[in-house]
Amino acid sequence: MTGLAGLLLVTGASAAQNATTLARGEQVYARCAGCHAIEGNRTGPQHCGLFGRRAGTAPGYNAYSSAMRDSHWSWDEKSLNFFLQDPMKALPGTSMGYAGVKDDGERSDLIAWLKQSSRTGACKPIP
Amino acid sequence: MKNDTSISIPSHPLVISRRRALSGSGAAVLSASAVALLGGREALAAGAKVRAEELESDVRILNTALGAELEAVAAYQLGAESGLLSKAILPVAIVFQSHHKEHAAALAGTVQKLGGKPVAPKEKYQFPVEKLKVEADVLRFAAGLERGAISAYLGAVPLFADRALAQVAASILGDEAMHWAVLRQVLGEEPVPSAFMS
Repeated sequence: MTGLAGLLLVTGASAAQNATTLARGEQVYARCAGCHAIEGNRTGPQHCGLFGRRAGTAPGYNAYSSAMRDSHWSWDEKSLNFFLQDPMKALPGTSMGYAGVKDDGERSDLIAWLKQSSRTGACKPIP
Repeated sequence: MKNDTSISIPSHPLVISRRRALSGSGAAVLSASAVALLGGREALAAGAKVRAEELESDVRILNTALGAELEAVAAYQLGAESGLLSKAILPVAIVFQSHHKEHAAALAGTVQKLGGKPVAPKEKYQFPVEKLKVEADVLRFAAGLERGAISAYLGAVPLFADRALAQVAASILGDEAMHWAVLRQVLGEEPVPSAFMS
């Protein structure tokens, strides 16, 4: 009984932590909203379906830099963490003229929120 | 005392130099003063020098900013034509749109002066039209764009090799921060929610 209660407590705490992470990540994403949206191509490409997608291949987006198109990257936690820390240094020639999300915690929260919000099924691209 | 507006800049040769630089002709060190001509800021021109690859990078950043400004113009147009904005708000939205038009014109002119090709407006923008049902939806949408634009410029300012460009970007940032604050005020939110922006 004690074991079960302990497990529930841990699970509850983890869920609360997860919700906090996602809320913080969403706040960080507000910084991206000048150029990006989850569900539509803007100045930058849409993020719907981001995870697992090859860089430079967002459907309907045709304004990629050749640096991005030719990067052969695939978007996951690791590549996003590397790119978002300092986009122009990570991928010279990128059109994303942005200094980056420097804080490790903010970047981690942002990526967690992006992963959740960009899941196919969780988002619906604007036609 | 030197009059700031009296600085003489041989603009034509500078433009040629920049075009040469963008064509990758080598390690020429260039004055970036033509950039500062935008908005009549000739005084910013003095002494700035950037290398060809830095210039190319600056042009890329400017073009991304231009794309976002053109999108903002289209977004305010959508709002103005939505029929959702009240008589009191519509003129404010139109003024904000006119600022974005001015930003876009200045950025496009600068890209051109630097020998680059300014991006053109898209034929179609993907806005969340179906989510805009009442005035507050339109204002929140606009506020979100302005909020993002502030961060975008904030993230661009330290990247410019040409400090005159950084100053111009900061100037635009200030204007867009005011838009954001006004929109938040109208929405009944804290207009200036924090001492710092990121």
